[in-house]
Amino acid sequence: MRDKQIENLKDYKYGFSTDIESFKAPKGLNEEVIRFISNIKKEPDWLLQWRLKAFERLKVLEEPDWQKPKYPKIDYQDLYYYSAPKSFKEKPKNLEDLDPKLLETYKKLGIPLQEQKRLNGIAVDAVFDSVSVATTFKDTLTEKGIIFCSISEAIEKHPDLVKKYLGSVIPITDHFFATLNSAVFTDGSFVYIPPNVKCPMELSTYFRINASDTGQFERTLIIADKGSYVSYLEGCTAPMRDENQLHAANVELIALDDAEIKYSTVQNWYPGDKDGKGGIYNFVTKRGLCKGKNSKISWTQVETGSAITWKYPSCILKGDNSIGEFYSIAITNNHQKADTGTKMIHLGKNTKSKIISKGISAGKSDMTYRGLVDISKNASNSTNYTQCDSLLMGNKCGAHTVPYIKNKNSNSNIAHEATTSKISEDQLHYCQQRGLNQEEAVGLIVNGFCKEVLQQLPMEFAVEAQKLVGISLEGSVG
Amino acid sequence: MEQKLKTDFDKFISTSNFSNQEIKLKKEALDNFMKNGFPSRKLENWKFSDINQIIKKNIGELTFYNDYKIENEINDDIFIKEIEHNKIVIVNGKVQQLSFEYEESDKINITTLDILNQNLNQDNSLLSLNNSFSNKIHKILVKKNYSLKKPLIIYQITNEKVSNTNINFQLNFDLEESSSIKIINFSVDDSEKNFINNLFNFNLDKNAILKNYKIDKKNNTNIKYDYSNIIQKENSISETFIFSSGSDYVKNEVNCNLEGKYSSVFINGIHLLSKNKHHEIRTKTNHLYENTKSYQLIKSVIDDSSKSVYQGKIYVDSKAQKTDGYQLSKAILLNEQVEFNAKPELEIYADDVKCSHGSASGSLDEDSIFYLMSRGLDQKTAKELLINGFLLDVVEKITDEKIKKLIKNMIGLN
Repeated sequence: MRDKQIENLKDYKYGFSTDIESFKAPKGLNEEVIRFISNIKKEPDWLLQWRLKAFERLKVLEEPDWQKPKYPKIDYQDLYYYSAPKSFKEKPKNLEDLDPKLLETYKKLGIPLQEQKRLNGIAVDAVFDSVSVATTFKDTLTEKGIIFCSISEAIEKHPDLVKKYLGSVIPITDHFFATLNSAVFTDGSFVYIPPNVKCPMELSTYFRINASDTGQFERTLIIADKGSYVSYLEGCTAPMRDENQLHAANVELIALDDAEIKYSTVQNWYPGDKDGKGGIYNFVTKRGLCKGKNSKISWTQVETGSAITWKYPSCILKGDNSIGEFYSIAITNNHQKADTGTKMIHLGKNTKSKIISKGISAGKSDMTYRGLVDISKNASNSTNYTQCDSLLMGNKCGAHTVPYIKNKNSNSNIAHEATTSKISEDQLHYCQQRGLNQEEAVGLIVNGFCKEVLQQLPMEFAVEAQKLVGISLEGSVG
Repeated sequence: MEQKLKTDFDKFISTSNFSNQEIKLKKEALDNFMKNGFPSRKLENWKFSDINQIIKKNIGELTFYNDYKIENEINDDIFIKEIEHNKIVIVNGKVQQLSFEYEESDKINITTLDILNQNLNQDNSLLSLNNSFSNKIHKILVKKNYSLKKPLIIYQITNEKVSNTNINFQLNFDLEESSSIKIINFSVDDSEKNFINNLFNFNLDKNAILKNYKIDKKNNTNIKYDYSNIIQKENSISETFIFSSGSDYVKNEVNCNLEGKYSSVFINGIHLLSKNKHHEIRTKTNHLYENTKSYQLIKSVIDDSSKSVYQGKIYVDSKAQKTDGYQLSKAILLNEQVEFNAKPELEIYADDVKCSHGSASGSLDEDSIFYLMSRGLDQKTAKELLINGFLLDVVEKITDEKIKKLIKNMIGLN
């Protein structure tokens, strides 16, 4: 019985694809396609110009190649940059108008938009391929003055806010993938929390890549005005396909005075099969700006999917007394590769940052923690604490730690610790003696190893993440 | 620069007597250097110390030709009197004296290499530069089961005859089975604004022991690059201690391959910097076999507007189960203008290992100063005492008692 369960679990359970006719832009990356995207989304001219400026910049930028996991060259001309379910040409007004097949897809994924509405009280904005499908719980949020909608809608209805903050944290002149996103981004979520409002529920986005040959380029912008608080969740899945798919999103967070943003990700993109065929390239740029005094940004991520994960959610601690936090679990199995970590850039006085990173590699996978802690001259009395632990299972995988530590301020303290080890025989023996089988024992120990990070996740997510940790490692021991 | 390199190289070859084979290899090395030039910050290993810029800014135009025919007088005053020792005296890159007067002559074999070190990392252009311009390379072989009775002190002297010159020097040591040697590498610089490029090769056979202590204390404006390559077989031990303080710019690089079981490497270092000095220590320990051990402790005290960099990498091959690797770097920042950069790196492909690293940097602990002052010390003395204690921790790691005492006296730590 249990074996059968494991057999089921081993396979990627979100690997179905939904048979919906989609409406695509012509293949390739050029000015026409950008104009096409902008036109179909009925965007104002300033945004089109902004995109074109990014595209100009993209022409002179080179794809970075310093990362540990190498991948075959991506042919950017062979991708679709816009893909929408056909019925979306006219956006549905409410949930009832949605294509029933789409709703079914989300049900399979475990986010029944309708039920969730009632049960969990989590507001969901779901992104299917490139277009935001539905945003639930709108009324409750509107009452508080919270804006939670797709970025397309925000561009239409709140152009001033978008214009002011879009690209203020990740400028269009940033690195290759960020600039690519700026040029061709299709949709994403937008959140604005007005001053002194504590968002009453967790906000959530669910990303899904359905169509083949598509890259997903969404853009998320979250602004927490003075004294506000928001907790935001993000989850991702994709169908199983032989070819590699690219996901290059940009996420920008802005926290003004006394505001706090908590951003949690559970990333479970399709990791490719056991032989490393297919899977998602997850090249995401996530950056938060603690703009105001006493502001706080906290990133929590559970990375179990994707063929290659390459991202560094960062905090720029500009406001005095601001706080940046990064909690991460990254698990790689089979042929998965991950190069992930964070950047903490201390600019303001009395800024604090904390990094807790747990990496687990099994099978033939390769995992790298890469991080930067930079304390500038003016950031007096700043502190950083970093802890990164790695766990190895088997001698065909790799675990690497590459921290960059820069201290230019004599009143600031940086402490960094890292360890690498395997699960000790004693611990395994102890658990097995008490009746757990080997896999259960490993699951238990790994969960204990990750606990510090799992605790940071909101309740519902924590349970899911805990299961995910177990599933990702099935079949990696023994 | 290219033209200068070519003409200096031709002049160098025509005034020396190298075999055709050597000239061919030297030319290849020169081509490799010309292709890559001086390393710049674009290379990951040189990210924190752009030697290309530093040479341009501090020296400007370099002369690569170095006349090895000049005989230099050695002033006896520089020799260390406290302990009896064997000597190698190198003046401006030329071996001027080689004496192992305290040793049995048939146990040590000194030869000059007739071919260059081919197996060196081709990516490192400074090693190519060294290969192309260094004089005849000496190799010191310590025979089986022989332990040197007295330490060997290598005096690396530069005098006022050279300036704006690139000096390249190489020395090789082969330690046969169960042999041992203690080396103190002592820099005495009376020159200004030269680029000194050193390469030391150590081959340790089974059970061999190498103790290598490097002292750079005297203030000078030279720029130095020092590369030690250590290959270790079964049960061998190497201990490297670096005191880096005097020159304006120094990069010490230690690369160690642990190729036999139960071999172990210890690298400890001190950066004591002031003014606008910029020193770096980069260590790479490669665990290539089971049951090997590496340990590194690097401490920096930096003042004025100086800059200290530590890059350490522990590499564990998938074969190297039961590896024990440890790395710790600590820095005390005494002034607002200073900078401390660290990159402690782990690259691990085996699961049954114990590897960890730590790095901490910050100001002197206020509570400790208060504690000492409340017991009657003035602030200056209290600070000095704390710094002393902080650095002494590294010196205490020296395993040879006599040398430890000597070094303590030399660098004024007690």
